[in-house]
Amino acid sequence: MSLLEVKDLTIHYLTDDGDVSAVNGISFSMEKGDTLGLVGETGAGKSTTALGIMRLVPNPPGKILRGEILFDEEDLLAKPEAEMRKIRGNKISMIFQDPMTALNPVMRVDEQVAEVVKRHSGLNKSDSLRRALDMLQTVGIPPERGGDYPHQFSGGMKQRVVIAIALACTPQLLIADEPTTALDVTIQAQVLDMMNDLKQEFGTSMILITHDLGIVAETCDKVAIMYAGKIVEYGSLRDIFKQTAHPYTIGLFNSLPPASSDVKRLKPIPGLMPDPTDLPTGCSFHPRCPFCQELCTEKAPEDKIISPGHSIRCHFYQELKEKRPVAEVGK
Amino acid sequence: MLKFVGRRVLWLIPVMLGAIFIVFAINAIDPGDPVSALLGGSYTQEQYDDKKIELGLDKPFIVRYAGYVKDIVTDGDFGTSYTTKRPVSTELVERFGVTFKVAVISILIAIVLGLPFGIISAVKQYSIADNAVTIISLVFASMPGFWLALMLMLAFALNIKIFPASGIEGWKSWVLPCLASGLSFIATITRMTRSSMLDVVRQDYIRTARAKGLDERTVIVKHGVRNALIPIITTIGFQFGILVSGSVIVETIFSLPGLGTLMMTAINNRDYPVIEGCVIIMAALICVINLLVDLVYGFVDPQIMEQMKGSKKARRARHKTMGAHAL
Repeated sequence: MSLLEVKDLTIHYLTDDGDVSAVNGISFSMEKGDTLGLVGETGAGKSTTALGIMRLVPNPPGKILRGEILFDEEDLLAKPEAEMRKIRGNKISMIFQDPMTALNPVMRVDEQVAEVVKRHSGLNKSDSLRRALDMLQTVGIPPERGGDYPHQFSGGMKQRVVIAIALACTPQLLIADEPTTALDVTIQAQVLDMMNDLKQEFGTSMILITHDLGIVAETCDKVAIMYAGKIVEYGSLRDIFKQTAHPYTIGLFNSLPPASSDVKRLKPIPGLMPDPTDLPTGCSFHPRCPFCQELCTEKAPEDKIISPGHSIRCHFYQELKEKRPVAEVGK
Repeated sequence: MLKFVGRRVLWLIPVMLGAIFIVFAINAIDPGDPVSALLGGSYTQEQYDDKKIELGLDKPFIVRYAGYVKDIVTDGDFGTSYTTKRPVSTELVERFGVTFKVAVISILIAIVLGLPFGIISAVKQYSIADNAVTIISLVFASMPGFWLALMLMLAFALNIKIFPASGIEGWKSWVLPCLASGLSFIATITRMTRSSMLDVVRQDYIRTARAKGLDERTVIVKHGVRNALIPIITTIGFQFGILVSGSVIVETIFSLPGLGTLMMTAINNRDYPVIEGCVIIMAALICVINLLVDLVYGFVDPQIMEQMKGSKKARRARHKTMGAHAL
């Protein structure tokens, strides 16, 4: 039984300048205990997907047009708002990208953690506060700093507080939206390690949103590559890293500087992410794809399973496989 | 904290000296003559000179200024009114209460109504309620206070006789003056609350609060309003100053015995000591309000509180713990 199953989720932002197709019918599922990496460029729809699962897409202008989000076999999109509030922060929590702005500047941090405990556990105020201090201790913040305000903490410490809030009610699913992007590289590793440890300790499943393939390699079991609001390739960590199939994923790997050899120039994917108000016809990636054929400009590729658990949206993956030896991609 | 307040109170001294100097200077260069105003139409040169010496106006400007300040500091003596011959301080004490009462009630009305209106307007942006609130507040914000006062008087004192048009006879007399000065401030506070809240509800910490599963009311009231308060408090402090100095208009229209009417009469009679006394009281009141506003900032925002405390000890202690547990 899957913990989370997303089916054909479609989210658009209906703005005055046009209809922004942020998420265009994505489907994936994850098992209990899994860590799924959601990878893509800025604007690929990763964060919108996450907000969609939380049902926190700002409305207006955002609107979940169709789809199902089955969490523990119940459709979150069909739930009334009051039911949904009982799930948020309790069964599903979220860590946001920027710890600098994610905390309320006029509230003590222990109170910010205690608030979510009190909301979902039914404990009274002083017990919630005690739990909050324990939780802060777990993420490495000494209890005597609980009475401090967010501005008295560094970025990494603030992210720890955010993590404490997210994990305070031991959720079944944790959505981490680029949790380390705003942090220094040295602190990134510490925060990721801590999140991994806590995930193990609490048995939490996690969706990790990132554009950093290095982080994915370190933490994820499954990977979904997103492009223009669609999952273009989905598979196990091994599938994605060793059996890379989609031209976009190949492009992503090629744009990384290899650690083994000395290169002067990076090889970026040419072109830009398409305008989400006016997506290209056919395969959204075709204007940037080096293997683009006529069919690609006309017909959007279906999701095809190429090996158990590894699926891809590309018309020519078979030919590609013959043209490009996989081993070369892996480097 | 005490140090902060102490420093601010010390700052009052140069500000007040400056304020007194400015009123004194204006009175000195102002074309009217208090001596001829007091003596009426016909008088001899001798009578005129005697009166001038009696009022102390024969002395040079700087000497008069210094003497005036000295009397205030040593005896709390603001001089004697030229016209009523009573001490100015007594007059000020009598009149101050009325002005202060009108100002405080108006501000309270404005806060009690303006704050919720602004919040609703921001939370339900572009809804019918928001549009209605916006239109009504624009109408009141652009309406001159004296005109509104006259219209209120016309409507509720002359046509429907429920409130008195002038003077003070019980609580009813306060209703119209307070409405006249409070209504436009409701509008100002509503507008300020709306824009401040609109800014706050887009912040990340509001999203965090929602992601905790809190209900919308808690999100807005507990996490939103307190963060939106700083500009609103600034506006309230500012409005208070306008109310006190603008009391001249409302008090004149409703014939209330407040500072405004006292100052008006004094200006007409060239009663210098009274004018000076009124201006000093108003200036001092505005300074005190500003100080209060700054203190309230501290209670609303812990970061400002910290700057106000600004003690090196607290800062050092914090650095220590931060160093020990820094990431």
